[in-house]
Amino acid sequence: MQSSQQLPADLTAHFYDLHEHDHPEGGSTLLGFWIYLMSDCLIFAILFATYAVLGGNLAAGPGPQDLFDLPLVALNTAMLLFSSITYGFAMLAMARGEQRQTLLWLGVTGLFGLMFLGIELYEFHHLIHLGATPQRSAFLSAFFTLVGTHGLHVTFGIIWLVTLMVQIDRHGLKPANQRRLMCLSLFWHFLDVIWIGVFTLVYLMGMLR
Amino acid sequence: MSAAAPVAIHPVFGRLSLDALPLHEPIVVATFVAVVIGGLTTLALLTRYRLWGMLWNDWFTSVDHKKIGIMYMVLGLVMFLRGFADAIMMRLQQAMAFNGSEGYLNAHHYDQIFTAHGVIMIFFVAMPFVTGLMNYIVPLQIGARDVSFPFLNNFSFWMTTAGAVLVMASLFVGEFAQTGWLAYPPLSGIAYSPASGVDYYIWSLQIAGVGTTLSGINLIVTILKLRAPGMTLMKMPVFTWTSLCTNVLIVASFPVLTAVLTLLTLDRYVGTNFFTNDFGGSPMMYVNLIWIWGHPEVYILILPLFGVFSEVTSTFSGKRLFGYTSMVYATIVITILSYVVWLHHFFTMGSGASVNSFFGITTMVISIPTGAKLFNWLFTMYRGRIRFELPMMWTIAFMLTFVIGGMTGVLLAVPPADFVLHNSLFLIAHFHNVIIGGVLFGLFAAINFWWPKAFGFKLDVFWGKISFWCWVVGFWLAFMPLYILGLMGVTRRMRVFDDPSLQIWFVIAGIGAVVIAAGIGAMLVQFAVSIWRRDSLRDSSGDPWNGRTLEWATSSPPPDYNFAFTPVVHSLDAWHEMKQAGVKRPESGFRAIHMPRNTGTGVILSAICIVGGFAMIWYMWWLAALSLLAVIAVSIAHTFNYHRDFHIAADTVSETEAARTRQLAGAQAAGGA
Repeated sequence: MQSSQQLPADLTAHFYDLHEHDHPEGGSTLLGFWIYLMSDCLIFAILFATYAVLGGNLAAGPGPQDLFDLPLVALNTAMLLFSSITYGFAMLAMARGEQRQTLLWLGVTGLFGLMFLGIELYEFHHLIHLGATPQRSAFLSAFFTLVGTHGLHVTFGIIWLVTLMVQIDRHGLKPANQRRLMCLSLFWHFLDVIWIGVFTLVYLMGMLR
Repeated sequence: MSAAAPVAIHPVFGRLSLDALPLHEPIVVATFVAVVIGGLTTLALLTRYRLWGMLWNDWFTSVDHKKIGIMYMVLGLVMFLRGFADAIMMRLQQAMAFNGSEGYLNAHHYDQIFTAHGVIMIFFVAMPFVTGLMNYIVPLQIGARDVSFPFLNNFSFWMTTAGAVLVMASLFVGEFAQTGWLAYPPLSGIAYSPASGVDYYIWSLQIAGVGTTLSGINLIVTILKLRAPGMTLMKMPVFTWTSLCTNVLIVASFPVLTAVLTLLTLDRYVGTNFFTNDFGGSPMMYVNLIWIWGHPEVYILILPLFGVFSEVTSTFSGKRLFGYTSMVYATIVITILSYVVWLHHFFTMGSGASVNSFFGITTMVISIPTGAKLFNWLFTMYRGRIRFELPMMWTIAFMLTFVIGGMTGVLLAVPPADFVLHNSLFLIAHFHNVIIGGVLFGLFAAINFWWPKAFGFKLDVFWGKISFWCWVVGFWLAFMPLYILGLMGVTRRMRVFDDPSLQIWFVIAGIGAVVIAAGIGAMLVQFAVSIWRRDSLRDSSGDPWNGRTLEWATSSPPPDYNFAFTPVVHSLDAWHEMKQAGVKRPESGFRAIHMPRNTGTGVILSAICIVGGFAMIWYMWWLAALSLLAVIAVSIAHTFNYHRDFHIAADTVSETEAARTRQLAGAQAAGGA
């Protein structure tokens, strides 16, 4: 056998980890969740691409300038951005170990999220009332699907938020719950980033077109 | 704006009625009777021998990657028999339907068969086989005790199974899609396919797709986080490398499928206009999007098998792999390039000369890293002590077959040639040449190679060789005629033919299919004979082939915890180095081992998804809503369980390892005598 390096006397200890300890639970969770978010990001990428390709196909129906109400969308955007800030405060409270503060800020975050959803539903209702339904043109199909998918994500985020609040209330800020808060934090800020894309590509550029 | 479904919708049963049962199709009725008899017999036997508890506790709810891997392989095998039944029915129809004969399949049935064949073979045969293989081997090769997210692994398997159940249900309740395996609109839109077929297609793929994506995430994290100490990325076994790239491809492409199928769903259910012909919709948008998933998908299937061929070649040549580094980079290059070739599936779209040239050239470029791999395998064999065991035979058959398939692929990559050959039987022959010659032959190599690891005994060689020769000869007989027919301009998916001079080629292809059927039969006999004679085929060493990577360092089958002590890696072929150095395995000082606990949540969620998918297919809105609520409720309830792990006591580990020591001593004594 040819071997350039010297092998130590105790081969077993050289080739086996004899003093291994339990791996901390959940050591892979954040990486896994991050990769999941990237896969979700791809779904949005496809919806953005579809909107970019089909968004000009109005089929003689109403276009962005006939439909969008920028002040309302600005208010909506503000709600979501505020909710990200308050989620940040919840994480700071978690880092200090203050359970009541954490719950409080999570509650505020959920309320902002609900207001965002409420405004979005109002906007959808208004558009459909005008006859600008998802069936009217490829532009409207792509618009409702992109914005609606984001809204569905916020809805699931709120369900998750409420579930986590119950779990923190019951079990405290134990490591498993802290990890879950971190994951939801990633998810929540991710939705914010997606919304910035929606706001820019759909609403701002739509008004410019 | 397309109209709603043309049939009346019952408040409870949606559009499901007794008319949905295909009682007018004698072939389907006979199949149904056979399935019922077979199913009832199986259930009766399971009850008679009291196996339900064992199945539920040791298998269905197991989070052990090895058991989940085996369950994936079983799913793939069952669905393979279904997919092959479709194939041989098509061969028979096409061999018959000449000189005014209509054959024995009507158009409605035939169109479902070629669609189901493609869908099943890709999604419910090749994918479970490949996922099962990675699930079983990767954690062992990297010296891990399980995957990163064991529950998610179990859940992923059951979601894949749920999709398979829905596809099978379409055979007996309603119909399957008649659109071809990618369900292009506008044909797959509600206007042209109003019945349940495309909905079965959509929901089975969506549910299975959830499982595939999650399993991809799981394996990426496992490979990145759980490698044994010392195993740097460039010391990972090649199979693990190709698995990593495959799972990156899965995570980066299956969401595209999910999104595009969702858009098709909205077109069909809500009446949106993404892919319709009116109101600004664009069917070609669908074709682009689905191939942005579809092309990476074919590399998802083949890359892990490239890994298998690398392991097999180096093991059976008794040498380390030639050009390990170039092998890794070739894999990465293929991974990236597979995203920039999708348009070659529809050069005829009319995107213009510059676009077509770009995609034609990128397609041809992929053959360079693939060629590098082939040369690496050849140079590994060069001056090696080659042992022609079954895995090596399949590998050589792969090399000879796959090279032809690859070359016809490069022919098709030339846009002007593609304009002639597009959708012809030449294309069909090409992709069967690479999928059978690459993916299936690779799987057979892998099954023969790793079966002893999973079950502790080798597979019977005699029946293995019969299967091998039937498969290889049958493949060439079945698909070479299709190349010739394709060059003569015969298009795919035809049910009857006018030109009698073509018939001989279809008859030859049909004979080839029969020879392949004999190969499948011989393989099933090989499994049965090997299980029957398992004592004489027993391998107690855990390393029957003189392997080089860590999966051979533990017993066969491995204990629940895989390795009592995690191996420390110093070089590429870690186990080979340990054998060369004469390392003694530790026989004392065992500790308790931290393991994940089994759970039935995956089975429950999957069952609800079957009900929910079925409800959506048949427009039973109340049941669909109820299923969605149930999925959310069960998922939330699952998160309230914080006790998901336990410890295998040090005493239990000691006993298991002592038994292993005795087994090894026995093997050595037998070998020395």
